[in-house]
Amino acid sequence: MPQVISANRLIDGLLVFLDRAGSWVEPFQSAAVYDDKGELELALAKAQQDVGANKVVDVAAFEVKSKSGILSAVTMRDIIRTRGPSVRPDHGKQAQFS
Amino acid sequence: MYRYDEFDAQFVHERVEQFRDQVARRLTGELNEDQFRIHRLMNGLYLQLHAYMLRIAIPYGTLSSKQMRKLAEIARRYDKSYGHFTTRQNLQLNWPALKDVPDILAELASVEMHAIQTSGNCIRNVTADHFAGAAADEFEDPRPYAEILRQWSSIHPEFSFLPRKFKIAVTGATSDRAAIQVHDIGLQLLRNDKGELGFAVYVGGGQGRTPMVAKKIRDFLPVADLLAYCEAIVRVYNLEGRRDNKYKARIKILVHEKGLEAMRTAVEAEFAERNDQRLRLPQSEIDRIHAYFAPPDVKPRPAQSKAFETRLSADAKFAAFVNSNVSAHKVPGYGIVTISLKPIGKIPGDATSDQMDVVAHLAEHYGHDEIRVSHEQNLVMPYVALDDIPHVYDELAKHDLACANAGQISDIISCPGMDYCSLATARSIPVAQRISQHFGDGDRAHAIGPLKIKISGCINACGHHHVGHIGILGLERKGVETYQITLGGSADETCSVGDITGPGFSYEDVVGAVNTVVETYMGLRKDSAEDFLSAYRRLGMAPFKAALYEKNPGADI
Ligand code: SF4
Repeated sequence: MPQVISANRLIDGLLVFLDRAGSWVEPFQSAAVYDDKGELELALAKAQQDVGANKVVDVAAFEVKSKSGILSAVTMRDIIRTRGPSVRPDHGKQAQFS
Repeated sequence: MYRYDEFDAQFVHERVEQFRDQVARRLTGELNEDQFRIHRLMNGLYLQLHAYMLRIAIPYGTLSSKQMRKLAEIARRYDKSYGHFTTRQNLQLNWPALKDVPDILAELASVEMHAIQTSGNCIRNVTADHFAGAAADEFEDPRPYAEILRQWSSIHPEFSFLPRKFKIAVTGATSDRAAIQVHDIGLQLLRNDKGELGFAVYVGGGQGRTPMVAKKIRDFLPVADLLAYCEAIVRVYNLEGRRDNKYKARIKILVHEKGLEAMRTAVEAEFAERNDQRLRLPQSEIDRIHAYFAPPDVKPRPAQSKAFETRLSADAKFAAFVNSNVSAHKVPGYGIVTISLKPIGKIPGDATSDQMDVVAHLAEHYGHDEIRVSHEQNLVMPYVALDDIPHVYDELAKHDLACANAGQISDIISCPGMDYCSLATARSIPVAQRISQHFGDGDRAHAIGPLKIKISGCINACGHHHVGHIGILGLERKGVETYQITLGGSADETCSVGDITGPGFSYEDVVGAVNTVVETYMGLRKDSAEDFLSAYRRLGMAPFKAALYEKNPGADI
């Protein structure tokens, strides 16, 4: 299954995603999607360098689905992470980017 | 209320500056995350699903108006204008930025607050009866002893790296509102035959993966020996508690594996050996701390208030509020007002900055400047004249703070669960919201009577589900949320751990399952005076199980 790489930004803790250019971005829909295992591993290694460079912490890859170009997370945990608290639609990414 | 002395103030201030330096070094990369994590956790700063989370200590749940206003201001300025009151009487902010945390801690220090020891394997925030100093059934205020324990346990060098976290609770009333029997140490103030004040000491209670009711290790401990005896317990635990397995590291496991008798022998031996007067509490020190907790100048008033009685007979909503949210006071003419942070369908324990300001204002003008946070995630004004209760009620009602549901089915404890917490296996808040909406706070809820529902989003049990009359534990099975239900738990003086009904229920079905349990109770109770817990204890699991699984087969877990 395709995957996206996430981390928390060191300075404010907010969840960010690795994009195609190798930058950490806040909108989930801007995240780079890795279908290929080798490509994912390369990107993860690069992401880990940013942990070393004290930009982000807690790098992780997680599964996503893509339908008509719209990304969505698969597990409930990742759905909540990529949107924000389900009980506070006024906060988190769902409030900022939809 | 306790006031910092010079030493306290200097210590907290120094800790803020140390942390400021640590954060600066982290941001420049001088410290990496592995090096920094311990420092941030020691200052109550976690990393959760969406952002950092700061857990602010509210010792024994007592706040002044000024402190509450400061919390409101911090939430407004550095967070998203709300906070979450927890089952440890603390406040959690869900979105603070790391770069701002030193400033937040400095702001807290300006009102004698901090976030130290709200995380890590140390002695955590000492909790106490939220009605302390005011309840009609109290014979001694537990807070001076909680404060003495707080001072003793703060950065105690020997106890900063225990096998696991360590929680202490104290009560001085006949009804246990502080859940002392599910704490590592539970202290019940009492008087012996000679009229001397002391504690019944309980040890090894706890929730989490292996719930256990604490065992009484001492029938009577003179107050002067409080610290020496607690130190003996923690020392035995520190030496003998397991460090090989996180899930077996709490003192409850040691007490269980060692056996109560052997534990008692070890503690008494340590106590006798160390009882070198160093930790004996002089009466003068007890008196000094007591003076900080002297009741406010609440002059007895006529036991009946005309304003109160008139409103009571004219306004059914007010009467319902008084019935559930106003408790008997030790001083005639006063009441203890519980401010429910569980409006129907809302997030249990959450309060906005504006609501915090309203409570601060009311406490300042009508409540002798005192506010309590209850472990049930509500706020309490412990000293309100009956004459003032109608006005206080009206003001609370304007701000969605007058829900008449304290102690009732919609007064649900819920941990943050998967909506915020990185350890969660399932959502808990939306389950609480749906149950609350289902039962509401109308006639049906009042007919059901006292019923405590408690929900945790994982086995860590921050939502105290094991001791809920109805407990709900959110788990994950094959990627899907499933909810295990327990019945018959209780955190009061008749403490018990709930029994699991059987297979769990889906997110969709769990509210229906709770409804089935409640309907079964309503159908089988002797009369409306027999509350849920009493009925369950009389009837046992069988009728509930039959109703649940004949009607609703549940998921296989
Ligand atoms: S019980 Fe689990 S999900 Fe709930 S707050 Fe505690 S650790 Fe998080």
